[in-house]
Amino acid sequence: MCLAVPAKLLERRGDEGIVDLHGTQVGVNLALVPEVVIADWVLIHAGFAIQRLEAKDAAEIWALLAEVAKIPEEIPDTTTRELI
Amino acid sequence: MNRDQNIAGSLNRLRDAAARARRPIVLMEVCGTHTMSAARCGLHSLLPPNVTLLSGPGCPVCVTTPTEIDLIIALAQLPTLTLCTYGDMVRVPGTAGSLERSQGAEVRVIYSAMDAVKLAAASPSRQFVLVGIGFETTAPATAACILEAARLGLANFTVLSCHKRAVPAVAALFETTGVRVDGLVCPGHVAVITGSAAFRPIVERYGKPCAVAGFQEAQMAEALAWLAEHVVAGQAELANLYPQAVTPQGNPLAMRLLDQVFDTRATAWRGLGTIAESGLFVRDHWHAFDARARFDLTVPPADEPAGCLCGAVITGRATPAACPLFGQTCTPQDPVGPCMVSSEGTCHAWYRYRTTRDGKGLIRGGAGVSHA
Repeated sequence: MCLAVPAKLLERRGDEGIVDLHGTQVGVNLALVPEVVIADWVLIHAGFAIQRLEAKDAAEIWALLAEVAKIPEEIPDTTTRELI
Repeated sequence: MNRDQNIAGSLNRLRDAAARARRPIVLMEVCGTHTMSAARCGLHSLLPPNVTLLSGPGCPVCVTTPTEIDLIIALAQLPTLTLCTYGDMVRVPGTAGSLERSQGAEVRVIYSAMDAVKLAAASPSRQFVLVGIGFETTAPATAACILEAARLGLANFTVLSCHKRAVPAVAALFETTGVRVDGLVCPGHVAVITGSAAFRPIVERYGKPCAVAGFQEAQMAEALAWLAEHVVAGQAELANLYPQAVTPQGNPLAMRLLDQVFDTRATAWRGLGTIAESGLFVRDHWHAFDARARFDLTVPPADEPAGCLCGAVITGRATPAACPLFGQTCTPQDPVGPCMVSSEGTCHAWYRYRTTRDGKGLIRGGAGVSHA
């Protein structure tokens, strides 16, 4: 749960931003990193950018995540299911 | 130098230090992502025979007490209430089942903390409770939600804060459990918020080298090599080996937000008991957004499930293989304890990676218990 992922800032309006998260555009809150500007890389956790990153460092961090994403999914993962 | 060469270089340094040590070296990581990363790449199998890497209290769901879990589940039973939580929490068993199996509970799994505020703003006739689980990495997002709910004047949004602070837990681990640890791999993403300097008291008070580390196997191997070298040399120092994301002072805005919204008080941890100044509770000033203030939330004190060793596992006193339930009645499909639920839990990581890697089925007994 302390996993944080790098993403590139595409748009910002006040504290609200849109980032490119490996090809997917998602909304993030930028209140904790007010200094970031468009095209900066940021580390995202729980929908908040928590740190600005250098582009080369973001790429390195992403390399790990890409491998973690290869985790075999033989174990049913119900944690992402919405429960009503 | 490519990544494999980096890993090989770090492992060579680690082997050299281990050979000079002529005694066991016990290192510990206290971050669920480190647990997962080390298990995934088989790091444990690459360590010299006299070096052990233990997992400490680093998985947020795993350190949450059975009583807190019962509290969360009881809250979800209230009518016209939606509980908003991160995914791991829904499968953690309480005394009477998990959120997932809870009849009548409306639970929304969220990825962004602010989604809970947005849901509340969109449905004023329902109560929305954000379950705050996690360390300093996650707690600022919860704090920001409370400020946003206050700004919007929401009367239907509260937080059940079970947030915890990492450094007091490490201190308690060293002071009360008797677990022998020679050096600490500090949690990288906690340190993004707190700064690497937050771990300096551990270095100074307990004389242990501490290294803030990133999450790639090369970064973890580098941290283990650095720690082993400093253990052998008897040098209690602090290193920031994750400067790509971590600064000495951390994120001052996030730290200020934590102080503005949360009060630091004693709280109970699974496996560690009650630890002073380790819990982040909503300050009285924000009581209108505190689920503990709004709802009558008393539940009887709960124990760990019978036979479950999660409390010993997250304090490095037992490995999953020492647990009689591991892989038998407790599996990721049907978990008994939280360490098997969370993908960052030590038992889950062992089940997923270490029980199949050597092709022998479950690794059991033997080296299961680590003695102080």
